[in-house]
Amino acid sequence: MNKKDIKNIEKEMRLANEGLSEKEKTLFSDARPMPVRPLNKYLEKFLNWARAESLWILGYGTGCGAIELRPLMTARFDMFRYGIAPRPSPRQSSVFVIGGYASLKTIKRIVRSYEQMQGPKFVIALGSCTINGGMYYDSYYTINRIDYYIPVDIYVAGCMPRPESLIAGFNKLKENIKAGKCDGMNKYAENFDWYKANQKKIIKDWNMPDYNW
Amino acid sequence: MEEILRTLEQQFAITQQEKMRDDLLFVDVKKDQIISLLTYLKDYAGFTHLAFLQAVDRIEDNKFQLTYMLYSFQLKTNLGIRVFIDREKAEMISIDKLWAHAWQYQRELKEMYGIDFPGSPRVDESFVLESWEEMPPMKRDFDTLEYSIKTYYQRPGRSTNDPKKYMKKKLYNNFAKSPDTGRKND
Repeated sequence: MNKKDIKNIEKEMRLANEGLSEKEKTLFSDARPMPVRPLNKYLEKFLNWARAESLWILGYGTGCGAIELRPLMTARFDMFRYGIAPRPSPRQSSVFVIGGYASLKTIKRIVRSYEQMQGPKFVIALGSCTINGGMYYDSYYTINRIDYYIPVDIYVAGCMPRPESLIAGFNKLKENIKAGKCDGMNKYAENFDWYKANQKKIIKDWNMPDYNW
Repeated sequence: MEEILRTLEQQFAITQQEKMRDDLLFVDVKKDQIISLLTYLKDYAGFTHLAFLQAVDRIEDNKFQLTYMLYSFQLKTNLGIRVFIDREKAEMISIDKLWAHAWQYQRELKEMYGIDFPGSPRVDESFVLESWEEMPPMKRDFDTLEYSIKTYYQRPGRSTNDPKKYMKKKLYNNFAKSPDTGRKND
């Protein structure tokens, strides 16, 4: 048996939540994500309405775009009018706002936070950096396209987009949710291997579970 | 200030000095005199504050330029000490015994330029880059665009406006005739 085979076997035998203590291992599930089928047509429609009217965003700003979330929260733009509220932890939130450029260091945390969010979950990518790299297109440490690593439902273009355009993005997201078009979570589950391969291509020191929630 | 400069000239082999402003001077010294010079400036001449330590990649001369920027609170003067070191075997004496916070600068220089500072605490740990396997990215012979195309997925259809052509189209001929600034257009 050569070295490569041994390495492969070791890789297969490795538990996804290896590295955790015995006590903590039971807290995590390492099952692969499964696509969720919509329920009965009318019930699903009602649920989609409810989901669209209470969007809770994860308080995690990855880049400079996070600065636009502050005026959105406060009196002038007041996103709570639209039922949008910030939440402190991934478990409680349903919308992930990628605030601008994502470096290699950040994409690791983005993937981890996205996977820990409970479904149904949606992603708004804001700024040109998330679309094609923006002004960092030739940077050695900034990724160009966020949709190769996590699925994106709405892009808000601009460098920086103003809070008004963010609100327009949120309203578009609401429309799409109500129409049942936001299935980023299912896309992630169906193309799980492709997403993981892309993530592992750039994150060289992969020291976290493949999937956990 | 003149007194200090005179002493420096007498006691150390200073190759060049340059006055930018009344409160900003640059002095070039040899690599092996840096510790004695900095000790003199810190303990006798009142330049107690190390503002920063940074590097410039002089790839044409095959050298790294290190700049130690000192500040004196009595004279209210900035004094930059410039040292040129070999680019191939980049190694410099650590100054973390003189200013304790210098280890952080030296750790950054090790990661971004590959300049080694033997004996400096935690100098081999990564500073901001995680899992970096290529050559130090701030070296000028590292092609960031090529690396970005190779590693990250480009979205097709990206267009760049060449400012010169755009200005020509707009009939701002005076601008279009201005000498080339040497900026690489892509």
